[in-house]
Amino acid sequence: MALSASNLKAGDTYTECLVDDLSRTQIVMYAGASGDYNPVHTDEKFTKEMAGYPSVFAHGMLTMGMTGRMLTNYVGDGRLTKYGVRFTSQVWPGDTLNSTATVVDVTDGIVNLSVETTNQDGAVVLSGYAAARVD
Amino acid sequence: MAVDKFPVEGSHIMMFARSIADDNQIYYDADYAKSTEAGGVIAPPTFAQSSAQFDPTYFLRPQIGEDWFGSGKEATSIKKKESSGGGGGGGGGLHAEQHFEYHRHIGPGDVLTAEVKPGKTWEKEGKRSGKLVFSETITEYRDQNGELAITARGVGVRTERPVDQ
Repeated sequence: MALSASNLKAGDTYTECLVDDLSRTQIVMYAGASGDYNPVHTDEKFTKEMAGYPSVFAHGMLTMGMTGRMLTNYVGDGRLTKYGVRFTSQVWPGDTLNSTATVVDVTDGIVNLSVETTNQDGAVVLSGYAAARVD
Repeated sequence: MAVDKFPVEGSHIMMFARSIADDNQIYYDADYAKSTEAGGVIAPPTFAQSSAQFDPTYFLRPQIGEDWFGSGKEATSIKKKESSGGGGGGGGGLHAEQHFEYHRHIGPGDVLTAEVKPGKTWEKEGKRSGKLVFSETITEYRDQNGELAITARGVGVRTERPVDQ
C-alpha cells in the first residue's frame, strides 16, 4: 500500500518495533543469508579472546535490513528510491530495537524521510534517511 | 566486492527475508507478488549486500581447505604472524555507513554484476576507539542488459582498539 502525498506532512512519524530480545540465532540466520561470516557476529570465543568485545554483536546490515522492513511497511513495496544509514552504536544479543521514520518533506512525488533506530536504553544505533515515491 | 555473476533467486530472497524477520509475502509467494504493484517477487532493500555469496574469494567466508581466522580449538586458527589482526572488527573492521540508490528494484531472474570502485579515505580521532581510518567503496550493480539497477556506497572503519562499551 503506497502513501499518498496529499496525506503526508513534515513531522509525520511511523514507528515499529524491529526486534524484541535479539537472539544469537537471528544473527546466525543473517550471516547465512547475507554471506557475511565475520566471526565477531557468531563466534563468542573469537570475539571475546581475539577481537576484545564482551560478546558477539549484530551485523550493522542486520539492523539496516530490519530498519528497511519498517520502511517498506510504511512506504510500500518497490517504492524506495534511496536508503542510507550510519551505524552509530553496536547492537548486541538481547537488545530490543525500535525504529522511526519521520517525514522531512514531500516534493514532486517523492517523500524524504529521516530514519532512526534506537535500543532499549534509548541509544541511537542507526541514523539515516530514505526517499520513496508516493502517489 | 567485485562479482561477475550474481543471479537473484527466489529461495535466496526468502532466506534473506527470514533473516531480517520480514514476513511480507512479496518475498515468499510468487502468486501473491503477482497481484501487487511490483508485479512479482522483489528483493528487500538491502538484499544487494548478499552479493558476497557470489564473490568467489570473499574474505569474510571460510575458503575450503584454508585456515579461517575464527575459532576452532583455539580462539583463532590463524598463526599470529599471518593474522590480519588489528581493527575493532577482528580482521574485517567495522561497517560505518551504507547507502543505496535504487534505479529499479531487482527480483528473481535478474543476473547482476557488481563493479567496485574505490572512494575516499579519511581519518578521525575517536573518543571510544582511538584513531579511526575510514574507507569508502562504490559498488555499481548492473543487470543482464547492462542497465544500472542499484548504486551502493559503503564506508568501512578500522579502529585502533576495540570500541569502549
